[in-house]
Amino acid sequence: MSDKAPVLEMRNVDKSFGPIDVLHEISLKVHEGEVLCLLGDNGAGKSTLIKTLSGVHQPTRGQMMMDGQEVRFPRPRDAQEMGIATVHQFGGTYPLMSVGRNFFAGAEPTKGFGPFKVFDRQKANQIAVEEVQKMGITRITDGDRLVGGLSGGERQSLAIARAVYFGARVLILDEPTAALGVKQAAHVLRIVNEAKRRGLAVIFITHQVMHAMAVGDHFAVLIRGAIAADFRKGEKSREEIADLMAGGESMADLEANIEGYMETHDGHPPPPAH
Amino acid sequence: MENFAVLLRRPAAASIVSLIGVLVFYVFAGVELDKLFGAASWVNYAARIGIVALPVGLLMISGEIDISIGAMIPAGAMTTAIISGHYDLPIVFGILGALAIGVLVGSINGILAVRTSVPPLIITLATLVAMQGVVLAGSRLLTGSASVPLNAPDWAKTIFGNLMFGGSHQVIIVWWVILAVIFWFFMHHTKYGNWIYAIGGDKESARNAGIPVNGMTILLYIMTATAASFVGMCHSILFNSAQVSGGMNDIFNIIVSVVVGGVLLTGGFGSVAGIFVGALTFAIVNKGIDFTAIDRNWSNLIIGIMLLLAVGMNEKFRKLALSHVSKKK
Ligand SMILES: Nc1ncnc2c1ncn2[C@@H]1O[C@H](COP(=O)(O)OP(=O)(O)O)[C@@H](O)[C@H]1O
Ligand SMILES: [Mg+2]
Repeated sequence: MSDKAPVLEMRNVDKSFGPIDVLHEISLKVHEGEVLCLLGDNGAGKSTLIKTLSGVHQPTRGQMMMDGQEVRFPRPRDAQEMGIATVHQFGGTYPLMSVGRNFFAGAEPTKGFGPFKVFDRQKANQIAVEEVQKMGITRITDGDRLVGGLSGGERQSLAIARAVYFGARVLILDEPTAALGVKQAAHVLRIVNEAKRRGLAVIFITHQVMHAMAVGDHFAVLIRGAIAADFRKGEKSREEIADLMAGGESMADLEANIEGYMETHDGHPPPPAH
Repeated sequence: MENFAVLLRRPAAASIVSLIGVLVFYVFAGVELDKLFGAASWVNYAARIGIVALPVGLLMISGEIDISIGAMIPAGAMTTAIISGHYDLPIVFGILGALAIGVLVGSINGILAVRTSVPPLIITLATLVAMQGVVLAGSRLLTGSASVPLNAPDWAKTIFGNLMFGGSHQVIIVWWVILAVIFWFFMHHTKYGNWIYAIGGDKESARNAGIPVNGMTILLYIMTATAASFVGMCHSILFNSAQVSGGMNDIFNIIVSVVVGGVLLTGGFGSVAGIFVGALTFAIVNKGIDFTAIDRNWSNLIIGIMLLLAVGMNEKFRKLALSHVSKKK
């Protein structure tokens, strides 16, 4: 669709931890202004994949390319410097720190010089509040407020706003909607769209098909560490995607089974299989 | 009222309430406050534990702990006394020797803490016991005794080990206050303080955010061990001698004062002001008992109760801080 080289690409990447092979022959690309949804069941290797993309892990084999050039990220910082911002699953914010201090953790604005460089709290708070407000979280007005008092969606939005602010070209979000309610998830999805509109390449990880369909341009389904399907928006229906994620076992059949069971058992669902 | 509410949300809140509570208790127990405030015993003691409590508090905010400090106070004292007392080398070497042994043991603690998955309590328990052995055996081997005399020149006494105000206040009180200001600046007004909070809040996220977690952790361990050996060095200069001792009391007293000072045991929360007041409060409880008719052994009961109350208050005030939203003016 675009003649420009993809912003970020993986070519035949394998990742193993000692004897455990987690990723096999992963090839993926993501372009500017595009959302790549990475779908997969728990344990499929989604987090491992994005940790490899963000310099937390090194690929065991294979190449990673940025703008067509081969790259390596020995440390997370190297990936960040190349413009890859990652919001890891279960992380990114510190509950007992203020909004401003959270936003700038690891990249604090300072004023003064030499040993008297002071952390510029006012500037940190002001920018942090501005940036989260731009993302539509208008309830955060006080940069001194502790993050632990925010809702899950607000915390997630803060982490995303932070990633976007630090000049990311590629935004990687690991299950940002997993722990959220419907409304908060919708908010995060809006932020993903906003990031895309600004021309960022987004890799959005989820195991909720509806969330993926709401924002994705391009989809990849990961099963036991390998890409089982790779398709574009509109090429597959929700049911087909759900079936793929379930590993070929048809979700529709499963649902039909459950309904059949309930009809013959006074509306009770079947007991869990194991 | 609004100012009072702001105060309650600060990490130092519980320590200030503890301090007031302890003073009120002592007034009822018959202490004359002007006598207490004029006395040096508790201020000297506050400085002794307070100097070490500052870096220990920061280390605990970062989610680690160091109990080898108990061995490092006598180690600093013995090093100074052996070098400049027994071998009669200039005091500068004794001072540098004491600081060097702090840096060395702190580095060992720090490197083990970041390189292995052994819990820091166990690592520093090992270095605690090891250093107790090294100090005793080293002192016996080199000097043939467990107590070494030292005669420091006047300038060294003036700076590190003298009494002030023509009375019995030790000069390390000044060191404590200066160090507290430096630590306060470092923790609350530089980016390094932010890193320490982040490391204690979520180490994995801090690493992902590019914060040099390992370097920072090693630095904090070096600071705790060196602060302890510094205190030992000052005492050997003040008392003209150094003895081998276990230092077990110091470990508990320092950690209790840090916790009373509002530092969260699991890391991520606390303040230098709180740590400072915590040491002050602890010292008043510990030494203030001598100003009452109460048997001094009861002071430990008071410390136990104070610890529980302070931790309870810390929980409460932290919840207050978390749920607080400032109204738009
Ligand atoms: N550091 C590691 N060492 C060994 N195995 C790991 C490591 N990280 C992840 N794994 C394994 O890799 C598999 C995929 O995990 P993960 O990438 O977290 O899956 P997902 O995010 O898709 O739920 C799991 O079986 C997990 O146990
Ligand atoms: Mg995961």
